Amino acid sequence: MIHQYKLNGYNVVIDVYSGAIHVVDDVAYDIIRLFCCKIDELHGDTEMFFANLKDDSNSVDEIVKCILGNLALGMYEESEEITEEEIIECCMDLVELYEKGKLFSRDIFRPNASMLKERHTDIKALCLHVSHACDLTCSYCFAGQGRFKGPAALMTEEVAKRAVDYLIENSGDRRNLEVDFFGGEPLLNFDVVKSVVEYARSKEGESNKNFRFTLTTNGMGINDEVIDFVNRECHNVVLSLDGRKEIHDRERRAAGSKVPDYNSSDGYTSVPRGTGSYDIIVPKFQRLVAARTGKDCGDVKVSDIPTWVTRGSDTGNTNYYMRGTFTHYNTDFTKDILHMTELGFDELSMEPVVASHDSEFALTEDDLPIIFEQYEILAKEMLDREKPFTFYHYMLDLSGGPCIYKRISGCGSGTEYFAVTPQGELYPCHQFVGEAEYLMGDIWNGIVRTDVRDEFKMCNVYARPECDDCWAKLYCSGGCAANAYHATGSILGTYDYGCELFKKRIECAIMMQVARVEEL
Amino acid sequence: MKRIKTLETRDLKKSLENGGCGECQTVANQPCENLEAKAE
Repeated sequence: MIHQYKLNGYNVVIDVYSGAIHVVDDVAYDIIRLFCCKIDELHGDTEMFFANLKDDSNSVDEIVKCILGNLALGMYEESEEITEEEIIECCMDLVELYEKGKLFSRDIFRPNASMLKERHTDIKALCLHVSHACDLTCSYCFAGQGRFKGPAALMTEEVAKRAVDYLIENSGDRRNLEVDFFGGEPLLNFDVVKSVVEYARSKEGESNKNFRFTLTTNGMGINDEVIDFVNRECHNVVLSLDGRKEIHDRERRAAGSKVPDYNSSDGYTSVPRGTGSYDIIVPKFQRLVAARTGKDCGDVKVSDIPTWVTRGSDTGNTNYYMRGTFTHYNTDFTKDILHMTELGFDELSMEPVVASHDSEFALTEDDLPIIFEQYEILAKEMLDREKPFTFYHYMLDLSGGPCIYKRISGCGSGTEYFAVTPQGELYPCHQFVGEAEYLMGDIWNGIVRTDVRDEFKMCNVYARPECDDCWAKLYCSGGCAANAYHATGSILGTYDYGCELFKKRIECAIMMQVARVEEL
Repeated sequence: MKRIKTLETRDLKKSLENGGCGECQTVANQPCENLEAKAE
């Protein structure tokens, strides 16, 4: 299977099953399109088509005639005439790519998908919901103001430490283990975050494990102690910011609480309920990023931050990213991304809201072409920028990216990645927490719903008939199980709207890789 | 005239043999952490 598309002046051809990516001129692009038509006429018999092409001069003549016809119609901007010999040469180059397994390659991976259910899976990551409470009341929050359909709760130190032990006990030979601090707002339970990290570090040597910690925060609770801690201990931090002030403050408002304040005599200030959070969090994020990267950020100079605050550049913990959510109200979200760059941030992510159809901020079918255009505008802007920034979905690692096993099986939710609630319950991932039918066990007794685990083991790209003919399936791995569940009621469904967005992002990301190669 | 340029990408077929170590972080932008596989 191949996928070919034109974007930003480039003609891109993706060979799905080999992972090969080709950039071609207009003539080769049209020849490949003709190949597709001919293969379709042979009911998909690629082997027969290429055998005919090599042995039957009539097959090549037909291609030549068609391309010369296009030329006569003025379809190619060629400085010189295209000769019959050149068209034949191009056809033979494509035959050579086919024979090397880099064009129209066959699917040899499907048998491996059915073996996934039989495999033993070790756990390598836990998402610790250290807080089912939040100091913001974001209207679009999938977690319902951080409570996940239950009462407000904080994880105790005892539960958090047991979760670490559970992870070590069930991680087999895996050396790299991950713990995400999540919520709700994890900084509302900062003491437990600190103690569980200290506990896990104390276990690394004896268990031969390497822990990587990450923390996702709305920023309200950031002070220098937090910055010092995350720069010492956290491999990555996710900072929630939606972009422009009016966009951010529309959805992300204070619940009404005391928060750390650099300008207050006692270090705290009361924030009334309903207050927009932008003006509170942006200076804190800039301070955190400056200390983390060792580079001034916005109005914050590194030299203004006390020297006792650990610099991420000294510990190697420089990764962060701003994580925004866009809704029906800001389908022009590229402006929000560029606003973040104006604030001094350069590692960015902007995600489509996932909401029920009847919510006022849900994305609509009419929004789709607008969003597609925004993704293209963003890609072109990133290529043109003198001062670069990253956009998470455009960071494809083509040569050192994931192996086929990872591409087939996806994120690992419900098999090697679980979410832990403040009460110690286990769910397939953070987006299933609160869904009673997906409560899989707890950190004392382990997984008791092995039927659910088996369902997730089989939840791969080959388990969804809708994905059979999709060119992007080895990039998305069948998509997000939680999105599928919330959209269709089954983790084996497909969230079609999300699929369309994903495919557009991958097309843009690959185009950017092509553009950078072409610049060389 | 060169009408086709192929980018350097990880060989998915070869990754059947050199992949699957599971040490990568919890898809397409997820770097492989198996350095031996990357070196091939």
